[in-house]
Amino acid sequence: MSVANRPSNRPLSPHLQVYRLQLTSALSILHRATGIALSVGALYLATWVIYAASTPKAYAMFQEFNGSIVGRIVLGGWLFSAFYHLCNGIRHLFWDAGYGFELKDAYRSGWIVVGVSLVATALSWIVGLRLM
Amino acid sequence: MTDLRTPLARARGLGSAKDGVHHWWMQRLTAIALIPLVVWFAVSLVMMSGADYAVVRAWIGSPLVMVLLILTIGIGLHHGQLGMQVVWEDYTDGALRVVMIVLTKFIAVVFGLGAIVAIMRIGFGG
Repeated sequence: MSVANRPSNRPLSPHLQVYRLQLTSALSILHRATGIALSVGALYLATWVIYAASTPKAYAMFQEFNGSIVGRIVLGGWLFSAFYHLCNGIRHLFWDAGYGFELKDAYRSGWIVVGVSLVATALSWIVGLRLM
Repeated sequence: MTDLRTPLARARGLGSAKDGVHHWWMQRLTAIALIPLVVWFAVSLVMMSGADYAVVRAWIGSPLVMVLLILTIGIGLHHGQLGMQVVWEDYTDGALRVVMIVLTKFIAVVFGLGAIVAIMRIGFGG
């Protein structure tokens, strides 16, 4: 067995199961989760454009799914994911530039992200459902 | 299996494969580009709720929308596959990791090209 693979008796740092969920870690997990959702969502949007280039009948089929309960949840979920990932992504870019690392600032920016993304999501749902 | 390399050599072998911060930097560049694009796209998507086939096609086919839509889908898929690569690297190992990363990149390219051809077909007719 190589040196690197040998089991170690050194203490391990506490992991997920030891910590109470905090705003900072919850938002970090949500950033990854919405990122995965948006990656799949991007394929869905590409499919939408491809259906629009197809026949009216095929497009009507796609639109029918969008109008269904499942379709509305997918599109509504896409909007929330997009707004959240966008706001928290900007928060990440500030960190990359070296700003906002103080605990107090990290919490404040976190709550701002929660607030802005929830308001944007609610607005988009209200306007979208009215136009539907 | 015996490994004759020293721990230092092993550690070096697990390094960045000489591409340095390219992945990280591309993720940031695409993120910055996507800020205005996603805002524009999300607002457009909401405004298009309930729009029919003809309206949607007229919108996609206008020159400015064609450019912005190709940018949004192209850069969005690129940003997405960069992120998904990190997700696979974090949670999978060995052959599965390689297969999932390659598959992710192939799917992104296929859907991206499909969308671009579709947008051009609508815009240029045919």
